Amino acid sequence: MEGLWLQFLLTIDATLRVATPLILCAMAGIFSERSGIIDISLEGKMLMSAFAAASVAAVTGQPWLALLVAIGVSVFLSLIHGFACITHRGNQVVSGLAINILASGLTVTLGIAFFAQGGQTPFLKGDQRFSPITLPFADTLRDIPFLGPIYAEVISGHNIIVWIALLAVVVTSLVMMRTRFGLRLRAVGEKPEAVDTAGISVVLMRYQAVLIAGVLCGIAGAYLSIAHGAGFVREMTAGKGYIALAAMIFGNWRPLQALYACLMFGFLDAVAARVQGLELPLIGEVSSDLILALPYVLTVIFLAGFIGRATPPASIGVPYVKER
Amino acid sequence: MTKFIKMLAAGIGAMAMMIGAAVADIKPAVVYDMGGKFDKSFNEGVWNGVKKFTEETGIEVMEFEVTNPNQREQAMQRMAERGATIVLGVGFAQADAIAKVAAEYPDVQFSIIDVGWLDAPNLRQYVFKEHEGSYLVGVAAAMASQSGKVGFVGGMDIPLISKFACGYVGGVKSVNANATVYQNMTGTTPSAWNDPAKGAELTKSQIDRGADVVYHAAGGTGMGVIQAAADAGKLAIGVDSNQNGIAPGSVLTSMLKRVDVAAYETFMDAKNGNFSAGLHTLGVAEGGVDWALDDNNASLVSADMKAAIEKARADILSGKVTVHNFESDSNCPY
Repeated sequence: MEGLWLQFLLTIDATLRVATPLILCAMAGIFSERSGIIDISLEGKMLMSAFAAASVAAVTGQPWLALLVAIGVSVFLSLIHGFACITHRGNQVVSGLAINILASGLTVTLGIAFFAQGGQTPFLKGDQRFSPITLPFADTLRDIPFLGPIYAEVISGHNIIVWIALLAVVVTSLVMMRTRFGLRLRAVGEKPEAVDTAGISVVLMRYQAVLIAGVLCGIAGAYLSIAHGAGFVREMTAGKGYIALAAMIFGNWRPLQALYACLMFGFLDAVAARVQGLELPLIGEVSSDLILALPYVLTVIFLAGFIGRATPPASIGVPYVKER
Repeated sequence: MTKFIKMLAAGIGAMAMMIGAAVADIKPAVVYDMGGKFDKSFNEGVWNGVKKFTEETGIEVMEFEVTNPNQREQAMQRMAERGATIVLGVGFAQADAIAKVAAEYPDVQFSIIDVGWLDAPNLRQYVFKEHEGSYLVGVAAAMASQSGKVGFVGGMDIPLISKFACGYVGGVKSVNANATVYQNMTGTTPSAWNDPAKGAELTKSQIDRGADVVYHAAGGTGMGVIQAAADAGKLAIGVDSNQNGIAPGSVLTSMLKRVDVAAYETFMDAKNGNFSAGLHTLGVAEGGVDWALDDNNASLVSADMKAAIEKARADILSGKVTVHNFESDSNCPY
């Protein structure tokens, strides 16, 4: 019983770790899409900033500097996206896709040019990364039955970016629903004409939104390569940007619901890692194919059965034209 | 008289041609795959073999580094057009390209590493007995493990990777029949080769369950495996090339796949006129697979462990132990 409880807690612990980049990207997506700009370039921005973070950390050994550079690179890509779809009213999906393709190729090419290790960056040592933070008394409280392990395993021992991600959800939620800026941002995505009539610049609002999205994606990328991971590997985002996008749609473009969706994806991933090859009572050994397919199967079930109709912002994907 | 001179001239001409042919006999070429020749892995292994060949014979080898998948076929065609007599392809991703180009240029010799399912009269194929090398590192893992539990993290769930896993389990069980081996595959799509975050999570899950040595056969995903093991103060085992230096003190050893041997042998055979088509299998006996011992892991390998691994190697060589090949019957008896 004790062992089973511990395994469960360790799974929850892993859920948080796996879900962190998804949460950050989902919040980025919410900011961008609530303002009316489709952002499928979460993946590309995350990949590019993961590369930037790992490169800077490998060369300078400064994780905080690496995080800043990662954010800078991601914001730069966001601005390109904004320039194409806000200023020039280009197709938002095409622009996003272009950024993804650019990131996929450029990271490997630059990686080979900088480090000559087949597109990887050097393996990062302890102090070049954000290491886990053990909270005070974690070891003393561990021995308290039942509740001790919750504190020691689940709450303690995460790196700083996990906390930033959770904080990002709170902040996103407050900003979106409780501030004037949030109200205007949502209005820009629903009915930009109305916002414009009120004397607020639609273009400026949308630029602000994609900038915030860039910052969040940059943090997510840095998490992958210098906090959770220890170096850049080509295509290391492995579709996480798209999963975050799906989580955002699951969550109906709302921060808290999106958080739950991200945690669900994270949990399925964590369970899949632990159940694979394990002998379960009554069922026997679960086929690894089934386990690997489980997240996708459940996604379909959840999408069809539980979520209901997802309602995107009314003006999403529509460039704002002030005057014909 | 004129007739005689003509004959003489023709004779000298023919002789000159023959001498010319003997000197310009071999013009080798190699097409590296994505990652480039200094990738600290597969391609670099091939490059080491090529370098050795060039140093010993003085024959320059034409090289091309593929940077996107469409270039493979073009690169091989161009090598053949430029007069290459033997073209070496690197990695299973080049299989389709080399099959096509080998058919187009029947007079040129071709050779490819890590492919064993093609058939052409001018094509040599190299495969490795990865199960034998995995068996050796399995012995090392079982000797190093204090918990009696070890782990394996594979990349994409394909028979080739199960072959690594099965040999590894065999090696572990040969030392400790009661040992537990946790096995995880990263995924079922090619992205499973480049997902270090998932690799780290799988490794952590195995360490949470008590594993203290984790072997990976997962390409870029393996970086996450090594990192997670190093973070937890446990041991990882590298694969393909010598990965001991990635995290010195945390990598117990590496299962070496000596692609350099295949590259060197290909060009040497071509030079000496011994080139033959068909399938070449490199195992422990041929020096094709091995385990890595260097300064980075010397402190981790005890004398007992070293003796046990060397004994396992000797047993494989003598035929006393036959490591089961998963690909032969899609089954692992261990």
